[in-house]
Amino acid sequence: MHGPDIQWYVVLSALLFATGALGVMLRRNPLIILLSVEIMLNAANLLLIAFARLHGREDGQIFAISVMAVAASEVVVGLGLIVAMGRRNIELDVDKLRTLRG
Amino acid sequence: MANFLVWVVWFGAAFACLASALGVVSFGNPFYSALALIGNLASLAVLFLLLSGEFVAAGQVLVYGGAVMVMFLFVIAYLGDRTDESPWSGGPSWQVVGAILAGAAILAEVCVVVGLKAGGFLSSSHHVGRSFGSPASIGRLFLTDHLLAFEVTSIVLLVAAVGGVVLGSHARQEVESDARA
Repeated sequence: MHGPDIQWYVVLSALLFATGALGVMLRRNPLIILLSVEIMLNAANLLLIAFARLHGREDGQIFAISVMAVAASEVVVGLGLIVAMGRRNIELDVDKLRTLRG
Repeated sequence: MANFLVWVVWFGAAFACLASALGVVSFGNPFYSALALIGNLASLAVLFLLLSGEFVAAGQVLVYGGAVMVMFLFVIAYLGDRTDESPWSGGPSWQVVGAILAGAAILAEVCVVVGLKAGGFLSSSHHVGRSFGSPASIGRLFLTDHLLAFEVTSIVLLVAAVGGVVLGSHARQEVESDARA
């Protein structure tokens, strides 16, 4: 089974990362910013696994699993902050969040 | 024939991946964005399978597509209907133009840096055995060579769980004291 070379994965990963970065810069809803950060993390994961396959070693996959765990923790804390904002009826708009204190 | 099939699956997954990523960025309703991200994660799992990362693909579907996205959907449903406008609806503002320029710059930088640093090493792919990426070999690596990463990951998850509980209970207390005052 001979699939696409690593260059294809590099270009796809760069496109995904740029799309995620575009979402972080463009959107003002913190929920969608978190979703875009997930896209960026997954683009990095794709490249890690592609290079693990290229070198024939599994260390890249180990790193990708660690990245997934870190992403899950980041989502827990981020969603906790967003729920706290929603409970205090703060508008969900990062441009209007001037301070983190009330 | 098998080679052709791999290319067809690769292009299908890559196209689904990019299209759903663009959907996440451009949908106005956060609920649709979260659903598009589930499609993005599933098509990435297909790409991981093509790279013989079976365990990572299964973890991607279970951890991301299952747990994390259910959490996202619950929070979006909890916060209620707060649709904001799509970023493309208001006409080109300087923010939109700047963000697109910066995104294109990031894309070019990643391609140039990876191409320059790894240009000579990208062509020869190693042959891998059948057990490459299987749960058994990943677990063996986690408990031998990468034991520190394993332990640090567990501490990170514990701290995040405690942080989530503290943030939630703190917000509830403040809302109750605001209601009493």
